[in-house]
Amino acid sequence: MLPFILKRLGLALLVAFTVSFISFSLLFLSGDPAAALAGETASGEDIEAIRRVYGFDRPMLVQYGEWLFSAIRGDFGESYYFKLPVASLIAERLQVTMLLGVCGITFALLTAVPLGVAAAIRPNSLIDRVALFLSVAGQAMPSFWFGLILIVVFAIQLGLLPPSGAATWRHFIMPTIVLGYYAMPAIMRLTRAGMLDVLNSDFIRTARAKGAGEGRVLFKHALRNAIIPVVSLAAVQMGFMLGGSIVVESVFALHGAGFLAWESIARNDLPTVQALILVFSMFYIVFTFLADVLNAWLDPRMRSS
Amino acid sequence: MTDTLLSVKNLTLNIPTGSGTLHAVRGIDFDLKRGETLSIVGESGSGKSLTSLAVMGLLGKSIKRQADEMRFDNVDLQTANRRVMRDLRGNRIAMIFQEPMTSLNPAYTIGDQLTETLLLHRKVSKSVARARAIELLEKVGITAAESRLSQYPHQLSGGLRQRVMIALALMCEPDLLIADEPTTALDVTIQAQILRLLVDLTREMNMAMILITHDLGVVARVADKVAVMYAGELVETGPAAEVFATPSHPYTRGLLRCIPQPGKTERGAPLGTIPGIVPSLIGEVSGCVFRTRCPHARPECRADIPLRGDASHEFKCIHPDGALSEEGEAA
Repeated sequence: MLPFILKRLGLALLVAFTVSFISFSLLFLSGDPAAALAGETASGEDIEAIRRVYGFDRPMLVQYGEWLFSAIRGDFGESYYFKLPVASLIAERLQVTMLLGVCGITFALLTAVPLGVAAAIRPNSLIDRVALFLSVAGQAMPSFWFGLILIVVFAIQLGLLPPSGAATWRHFIMPTIVLGYYAMPAIMRLTRAGMLDVLNSDFIRTARAKGAGEGRVLFKHALRNAIIPVVSLAAVQMGFMLGGSIVVESVFALHGAGFLAWESIARNDLPTVQALILVFSMFYIVFTFLADVLNAWLDPRMRSS
Repeated sequence: MTDTLLSVKNLTLNIPTGSGTLHAVRGIDFDLKRGETLSIVGESGSGKSLTSLAVMGLLGKSIKRQADEMRFDNVDLQTANRRVMRDLRGNRIAMIFQEPMTSLNPAYTIGDQLTETLLLHRKVSKSVARARAIELLEKVGITAAESRLSQYPHQLSGGLRQRVMIALALMCEPDLLIADEPTTALDVTIQAQILRLLVDLTREMNMAMILITHDLGVVARVADKVAVMYAGELVETGPAAEVFATPSHPYTRGLLRCIPQPGKTERGAPLGTIPGIVPSLIGEVSGCVFRTRCPHARPECRADIPLRGDASHEFKCIHPDGALSEEGEAA
């Protein structure tokens, strides 16, 4: 198990390094950063002055090295717009996003996995149809629309939940449902397909022939094998939730990292955008790594290969 | 306590399909005494695996089971509830399957899977179960048994996995072992070893065995009794020696011609084949099922065929016993 973890860790670091270079390069791919910073009315001299102040006149690799070295120490420079250190800005916004992401994926897994298992036990039964309907609806419904409907019904009509903000845990209920419901259909369908496949396998017949009860057959013998692809999918979904919850954060006025990314792009706040891209990518890398380790624990065949 | 361990009378299995009911098994009878080996022989699709799964109570939900009697020792298998069946399975009736490569759970160690059976049925500690697992792995001829416990199925070869499956089946010292083509998926050299192992173990533990196979060569070496199945019916049953000496159903004789016999089959001579294919069992099935492939088929074969022969050696064919010479098989 340990060699496997070390190998995956090395791979993750390599990917992280590559991603950091790409996210740094983005600065130069979107045109001359000095000109963009100076604004439309700036003269050529102003642009040159800005170029020198920000160090854009040095070779790109030197700039990258310096940026990476500071980034590792947690220094992402200063936001052009907020005039605050990017690191503290992101740290503050990430709290909301991470809380929302963890709640969202938990909600998605807690609804999708039991529903997928129930649907697989009795294919084409009522519960299978209901699960299919829920997943199709979840996939077809845009998040912003679903969010607005929830606000209209639960906040305005019934007055049960606050419509927006992040002050208390009750503010997170609706955003969690919207975000989680977005991830739920894929997880549910994958769980169902995996369970259907595994339940027809020979080793499940062996488990029954041993005299194992149905619960033991389903959860000890079948689910452990069926859940393996779900783990990988959930890791990607989790990364997506942390980086891409912009829509949900906007609808519910939660000022998280996704919202910050949207603002910063609109304002050409390059250090913030760079740092956010790097942070979001790191989340993907970390979750993929964790999913690999979890899968290797679930399936011994992965450890040796 | 009676001597008969398993008794099955008039077992019928029907499978509803889109194009009608598939009469997979039709009215078969067999019984088995303690320590006895019954071999069910037949080609693919003859219903032998379904019959064994019916005894285990592991048929798919869509399959309809009917029987006049299905009794294991003093348990009525037809009326037994799920709890009773679960207590029997793995404990008093154990089963080995055809596919050793996929019959073990890839996610758990050999040790986990072996001890699980014992822990399910007996109130014993984990260390006792572990000791039993090691003892059985040694008994089925696995070296370094203790270190195998922490290995996973994918680390073992097919032959080793089948040995593990046998050890698994024996964990609770069952009274009846059902082996469904246990050697089919293995190399020829391993087949003989596994078979010998099964025979030795049944003798040593006084265990009854139902050996399902399509290989008559296997049957001749191990079985006390033979039941020949064709298209869902038992066409001939009897003591193995008698069935081999005087096969009375044309299908049995056909099967016997398909295998080389040392001393009888000439070198280079072609082996026999049975022309034709198994008839469809969807819809009404009547008369002799083998008549479409039988060289002696007559108009009377369309009628229902009664069982003939004496109580121990029975067969389902209207032809006189002299049919053997009529076929001119000796030539």
